Amino acid sequence: MSVPIALPGLPIRSGVGLKPEHYRTILDTQPDLGFFEVHAENYMGAGGPPHRYLNAIREVYPLSLHGVGLSIGGSRPLDLEHLGRLKALVERYEPAQFSEHLAWSTHDSGFLNDLLPLPYTSETLARVCDHLDEVQHFLGHQMLLENPSTYVAFAESTFEETDFIREIARRTGCGLLLDVNNVFVASTNQLSDPIAYVERFPLDHVREIHLGGFTPEADERGRPLLIDTHDRPVDAEVWDLYRHVIGLTGPKPTLIEWDSKLPTWPDLLAEAQRADRVLSEFHADRAVREHA
Amino acid sequence: MLTGLYGNMRDLLGEFSSAILDPARPVPDGVVGPDGLPSARRFAVYRNNVVVGLIDTLAAAYPVVERLVGAPFFKAMAAAYAVRHPPRSPIMLDYGDGFADFIATFPPASPVPYLADVARIERAWVEAYHEREAVPATPQQLATIPPERFGDAVLVLHPTIRLLSSPFPAVTIWQMNSAGANPDPVDRTDGSENALIVRCAAEVEVRRLAPDSLFFVGALQQGATPSDAAKQALRVNPRFDLLDNLVAVIGLGLVIGWDFDGRRRHLGGGDHEHSYEHIPA
Repeated sequence: MSVPIALPGLPIRSGVGLKPEHYRTILDTQPDLGFFEVHAENYMGAGGPPHRYLNAIREVYPLSLHGVGLSIGGSRPLDLEHLGRLKALVERYEPAQFSEHLAWSTHDSGFLNDLLPLPYTSETLARVCDHLDEVQHFLGHQMLLENPSTYVAFAESTFEETDFIREIARRTGCGLLLDVNNVFVASTNQLSDPIAYVERFPLDHVREIHLGGFTPEADERGRPLLIDTHDRPVDAEVWDLYRHVIGLTGPKPTLIEWDSKLPTWPDLLAEAQRADRVLSEFHADRAVREHA
Repeated sequence: MLTGLYGNMRDLLGEFSSAILDPARPVPDGVVGPDGLPSARRFAVYRNNVVVGLIDTLAAAYPVVERLVGAPFFKAMAAAYAVRHPPRSPIMLDYGDGFADFIATFPPASPVPYLADVARIERAWVEAYHEREAVPATPQQLATIPPERFGDAVLVLHPTIRLLSSPFPAVTIWQMNSAGANPDPVDRTDGSENALIVRCAAEVEVRRLAPDSLFFVGALQQGATPSDAAKQALRVNPRFDLLDNLVAVIGLGLVIGWDFDGRRRHLGGGDHEHSYEHIPA
């Protein structure tokens, strides 16, 4: 397998998920942010105002293209028409990075608008790697794969998630997107240790980090059940885990995901600035150590 | 029986997806909580994400329908649609294209007989919003058609045009219940209305059309020459005025070009898609 060519990569700053409600403010105020990220599927219409705004914003900021519908973890062959649409977006907007999920969403009954979990076995590993090879070959670029937030596990899984992801990165040469909120949500839901997860994760391949908010609930036995809702600020424990990750990886491009119950633009910007402070504190810490 | 390298996985994911859309089905075997035991509550998170996600998508695409029936009724109607008609594509902009037809046959919505037609206006609005860009031909460009050739010229209409006809005052109801509007009472027996939905630049426009104009624009859209389209309009209204209608159609920016006998195509020039001034406020 040839090593996929990486896209240019995002600046080592914070960015936010681009929402139509904020288009106008962003263009009018040109906030000091590292990048914007869009869900690729929201820009698959033939024309219209979303493309006009994205063109205008792309002229000012680097763009991260984030897919939610490719179903890389699915058992069906990849949808070539969908891959074609992704490639057209990559050519049109020249994003600094493209990422997708370790999840599935298409099946015989059609398409399910969620990121569904898969068992981690040799069989699914082979399938995911085949799909990733196909995507990277088709797009002609490296993609990043994101770790999932999960609510269930599969009895038949034979791999730890971190080992499964390490093996995917090794076999396909893909980069990784570490969603720190997903780590916290999934580890809490699986009654495992999020610190142990990130320390076992193949951090060398991480090119981007996601942060977002979750909703705390409980299952029928009263055990914690965190839902990855992206509808509120990043939790204090997720900020702590993020600082720990940055301590291990060094500063990485970091996205604030806020997809429903949207905050005002200043509140969203403040959340991104908080991530930026963690990134610059790391630089300051290192400078102090280097001069000591 | 399924065989092959991915056979078992296919089976498990098939059970998983079927159980998401049908709450009567049990949690698939082997889908467990941290103790290795099945957990209906955990599996329900996926069911909820899918169904609530689809309801939210429909609510965003049909805000006037939601306003007319209220959020609780809308949620129940949208949930009924979502489980019967899950998306066929990962492009959620397209989701809900069959919602108006569903509303028309959804018994609890029958006391609101105009609801499906309002939904059709909202669907046409979304389609026009995302439709490909095209630049209207200017009256000056159209004036270059030799007068003696106008009879056999086929006008190329704007790709965002959608035409609708309702036995109810659906356009008035839609306008009064759109964001920012204050509804006044509407007499729903106040007669039929036709709608022209189009996006010539950045903003989607919704206009009422007289019945003869609806037939005229519809015939042009089908590729009829203006004189043939006028013949169809004259059947609806013997006083149909071709010149007035042509001036209006061109003035509204509905014509993007023309051709003769389906051969040489002339299109209005310029690509304004990237122009900042055309971004809606």
